[in-house]
Amino acid sequence: MGTWLGTRRSAMPGFGLSMGITLTLLSIVVLLPIGALLVPGLAWGPAEIWATISTERVRAALFLSFRISLLAALFNLVFGVVLAWVLVRYEFPGRRLVDAAVDLPFALPTAVAGIALTALYAPNGLFGSVLSDMGLRIAYTQIGIFIALVFVGLPFVTRTVQPVIAEIEKEVEEASATLGATRGYTLRRVILPMLMPAALTGFALSLARSVGEYGSVIFIAGNIPGRTEIAPLLIVIRLEEFNYNAAAAIGIAMLLISFAMLLIINIIQVWSRRRIGYV
Amino acid sequence: MAALSMTPTVGHAQQLLNASYDPTREFYRQYNALFIDHWRAEGHDAPRIDTTHAGSGAQARAVIDGLNAHVVTLALAADIDAVATATGKIPADWQSRLPHGSSPYTSTIVFLVRDGNPKGIADWGDLTGDGIEVITPNPKTSGGARWNYLAAWAWAEQNGRDPKEFVGQLYRNVPVLDTGARGSTTTFTQRGIGDVLLAWENEAWLALEELGEDEFDIVVPSVSILAEPPVTVVDGNIANDDQRALAEEYLTYLYSPEAQALAMKNFYRAWDTSAATPEDAARFPDLNLVTIADFGGWAKAQPEHFGDGGTFDQIYTAK
Repeated sequence: MGTWLGTRRSAMPGFGLSMGITLTLLSIVVLLPIGALLVPGLAWGPAEIWATISTERVRAALFLSFRISLLAALFNLVFGVVLAWVLVRYEFPGRRLVDAAVDLPFALPTAVAGIALTALYAPNGLFGSVLSDMGLRIAYTQIGIFIALVFVGLPFVTRTVQPVIAEIEKEVEEASATLGATRGYTLRRVILPMLMPAALTGFALSLARSVGEYGSVIFIAGNIPGRTEIAPLLIVIRLEEFNYNAAAAIGIAMLLISFAMLLIINIIQVWSRRRIGYV
Repeated sequence: MAALSMTPTVGHAQQLLNASYDPTREFYRQYNALFIDHWRAEGHDAPRIDTTHAGSGAQARAVIDGLNAHVVTLALAADIDAVATATGKIPADWQSRLPHGSSPYTSTIVFLVRDGNPKGIADWGDLTGDGIEVITPNPKTSGGARWNYLAAWAWAEQNGRDPKEFVGQLYRNVPVLDTGARGSTTTFTQRGIGDVLLAWENEAWLALEELGEDEFDIVVPSVSILAEPPVTVVDGNIANDDQRALAEEYLTYLYSPEAQALAMKNFYRAWDTSAATPEDAARFPDLNLVTIADFGGWAKAQPEHFGDGGTFDQIYTAK
């Protein structure tokens, strides 16, 4: 097994074994469940799948899910990078506490996050009451969904960018400064290109997480068909109607759109990596 | 559950899993204790009884997908029908196996409004007014919400309104569609959203008891629906005769005077008032109640109103 990929053998043994374990586990944990979704769904027939997906309600839900996920991931891309920068580059009291808090959205059950966010942003909640005095309604609107998705997606960007920032040497910025670059120019032409690949990875992860998010969103979303009904909720609704095929069809649609988006992000990543030729 | 059932059963302690819906949480916690005492008094070992709660439709789906529930106690007959047709583990005539169409307790749909009823809501017709916010769960995911929907429909029919248009207007006043009855109660009571909550009568009373009578009032509409949450044994999941005896007695005992009194204490309308305390029995006002039979039974009403493309879906597609 060790030789079929190439003539050079690694100094480390065990490629065959570890590759076998990897492929087996990946199949059981990831590929089989996706297959279980695809096979009966596709067996149902492309025409029926298309008929299910192309109804106005499903289209509205898919559009809503992907649009707000994209917006939330963009927000997380900017804010997550800033957060990571602050955490790596500056010493301040409570830094380790903030650093630990970044992981909380990973650890919290999403339903708990949803209930906590709803309690905060409901018209009688801490933030919600202030905002509703200003005529702004957060909970049970699309803004509520956005906030929930920002919450669950934030750590992805911060955690992927942090180690990269830690590796950028201060000397690079200093060299740029001594050569007469302004701070803005250094940021734009020196720092950001180095962060790009990692930040894009974080962006993609945050996006992927948001698209599939269910628990935290249904509490704050309002769930009104056509307005605040996310695609995962529609899948659950189809399941409650015992309409497994329609549920699978929406699932397949989400899978394909997600795959297309991740592919695009990947292409951008490869392109940016080539341009910079580094990291 | 599989792991649990594989452990050797010490002293032959029998085990029963009851798949129920959300608002029965409090009732079955008390009933299980009552039943275990009864079963031991009959000379058996104390059985182990577990009850799971979720939305009624979700529970039906869980049983279809293989949840090893021995009895189901769901929010409406359509959900048990779905289990019967999808798995064949329940005979088609299950509803005739126990008295009163296998519904040991019933309930109805009432309005919960804020203290003093500031918007002056008295009947269904008031719910479509401008600026009225109505809280009700999604009939697609909540059994209770289907009763709400049909009760509103029945009122419109009896009051010379076009029911489809009326119900459509009502849902346009709904700012949040929670997935279950408990979620809607939380939205209304804890989050302060809405002017009126369409609720199971038992949920409304429970909210009064838990959250204080100075916060909310119950308004009884002129027309409502007899909500019949039925129970049955999942025959296909019964392992042996002993377990069958236990499961059958678990459901039959729901009709005993003691259990009926307990149901009334938990704000359900039960059939047998002989053991109930007078104030529990007197709590329920007489109402003009339609039944699901007026809609042609669940087999007809379910696809017509709540199926894909049914009247509920049309509310949200017709702009």
